[in-house]
Amino acid sequence: MNPPTALIAEDEDLLAQALQSELHRLWPELKILAVAPDGPSAVTQALQHLPAMLFLDIRMPGLSGLDAAQAIVEEWPHDHPLPLMVFVTAYDQYALQAFDHAAIDYVLKPVKPARLALTCDRLKAALHQPPGPSVSPPEAPMIQQLRALLESPLHRPATQSPLQVIQAAVGSTIHMIPVTEVVYFEAADKYVRVLTAHKDYLIRTSLKELTPQLDEQCFWQVHRGVVVQATCIDHAVRDEAGRVHLRLRDRPEKIPVSRIYASRFKGM
Amino acid sequence: MIATPSPLHHRPGFLRRGVMSTVFSLGIAAMLAGIKGLDPFVCVIYSLCIGMMCWLTVEALLLVFALLVDRRWIAAAPSGPAGWPGWPWVSLGVLVAIPLAYSVGNHMGNLITGQANHGLDAHSWRSYLGFVLMSVMVAFGGTYYFYSRNRMVSAQAELEHTRRVAAETRLKLLEAQLEPHMLFNTLANLRALIGVDPDAAQTMLDHLIDFYRATLQASRLPWHALGAEFARTADYLALMTVRMGPRLQTCLRLPDELKDLEVPPLLLQPLIENAIKHGLEPQPGGGQLEVSAHRKGPSLVLQVRDTGMGLPVASAMTQGTGFGLLQVRERLSTLFGTQASLALSACPEGGTLVQITLPITTLGTPQGQTAFQSESTP
Repeated sequence: MNPPTALIAEDEDLLAQALQSELHRLWPELKILAVAPDGPSAVTQALQHLPAMLFLDIRMPGLSGLDAAQAIVEEWPHDHPLPLMVFVTAYDQYALQAFDHAAIDYVLKPVKPARLALTCDRLKAALHQPPGPSVSPPEAPMIQQLRALLESPLHRPATQSPLQVIQAAVGSTIHMIPVTEVVYFEAADKYVRVLTAHKDYLIRTSLKELTPQLDEQCFWQVHRGVVVQATCIDHAVRDEAGRVHLRLRDRPEKIPVSRIYASRFKGM
Repeated sequence: MIATPSPLHHRPGFLRRGVMSTVFSLGIAAMLAGIKGLDPFVCVIYSLCIGMMCWLTVEALLLVFALLVDRRWIAAAPSGPAGWPGWPWVSLGVLVAIPLAYSVGNHMGNLITGQANHGLDAHSWRSYLGFVLMSVMVAFGGTYYFYSRNRMVSAQAELEHTRRVAAETRLKLLEAQLEPHMLFNTLANLRALIGVDPDAAQTMLDHLIDFYRATLQASRLPWHALGAEFARTADYLALMTVRMGPRLQTCLRLPDELKDLEVPPLLLQPLIENAIKHGLEPQPGGGQLEVSAHRKGPSLVLQVRDTGMGLPVASAMTQGTGFGLLQVRERLSTLFGTQASLALSACPEGGTLVQITLPITTLGTPQGQTAFQSESTP
């Protein structure tokens, strides 16, 4: 059997080294494939090396640990088992206690050897679990948890009242688009494309800033880059590889649903 | 004013006032029976009937007033419990309603006992007036008692609310000052350094000690020297440099002639924290932070400039509504009124510039050398 592999994402060099040497002491066979100093490089390196485990700092430059985890899971090749995840954090206002005994582990900084040893034991146990008969079930709890984390106030600050109108500038004109007319929003670099049945507009905000301002009952995130108005979805289809796509009522596009959000689409 | 449930739907103490009225009526019955030698049973019946009618009438009267106040047909009294229209209205109401309540109660007494006493059709107007006057006085006394009691209760609730808000603000401020995220990250670094470089760990610990001592003293000292302010900033930046390594480049510039000016303690701290947290830390390559002071006419100008991410587009940050900036603005306006200002702007070459302007003439005078100042002034 191949030696277990891991990636560490931590922006503070001293802490990354300390975690690496502590892990080496506790679990000599564990091979650290890469140490990423920021969020975007954590995503790139994880997808390049495909490690079995990720140790992700939550506050990192470029992309938070949670955003990086989302990007990694969404881009992860389907024929590979998803990596096990451990979040590392100094202090967060929203306690992660709920995740203490669950699929996603977390450790607090300063990392105590005894606590890290417990994490290592859990990881070993999870690695040695024989893969289930089908592809998705063993991953399901982790994906659900990641989704819960992404929707928690830790990641998504609560907002007051949902937006009613999207204001999009085109030249010197400001178009007022009622949110009810929006079919979907799509992230485009630092902008967001707003697509109605017949037109599309660009607004200067990120999807991450916009999403919390939308009514989450009506607007469903289906991918880290796409938020769709649920009533505009005609149907969702799952292909033989387990991937889910959406067809819309008023637009021709085929929208891919990431595996984090795929469980939203099932019969009632 | 705090939100209280509408007095229309919720009349606190309604039953308690009823019980008190009953007890009082029984007391009057006992008095009448004792002094005038009347039949105690008859006294109790009349007294209870009249007492209950007075109680219910006053309650109904106050309910009607609360309704009128709620509909804004009459103005609410500036002080007093919710729905209280003020004494003139209540006096008028009581004067009209109590004789009526008295008569009705009296008739009820007549019906129960089968007697025909002391009603409007009484033989003696003097005895009738005496009883009416007594009822009115009792009603006034009772109303006044409950009025002041209610007023005390709502004043107390308001006081408690104010206290709770103050305590919450203090807690939030303390958490912001102690910055747990920074503390635990620094401790994690310290823990790592102890193993690899004990000397560096000691130096880091010394900076941490000075920084936290200054943070805790800041709430007690109204002023400290600008030199000390820069020394504390240097401690904080030394801690951050250990953590961020070459990603954080710092530069502190304080002209010697400004060193002894007295400024409010740790005014720069939230600005520097913001510059690192929102400007430099999220930027993969890091950047530079420059803290400087200069004199401009009658003003002292303090600047924090970073080459970080810059201000987010159209976000609340530009107005400076974050807790740290809000705190600085509040402190400035309490100490200097409109003479001081805090301004945020985007640097043309990228990054953010925060500038505090203070009137030099109104700055604090040295409060004598405190241990903290003499130790820390470089």
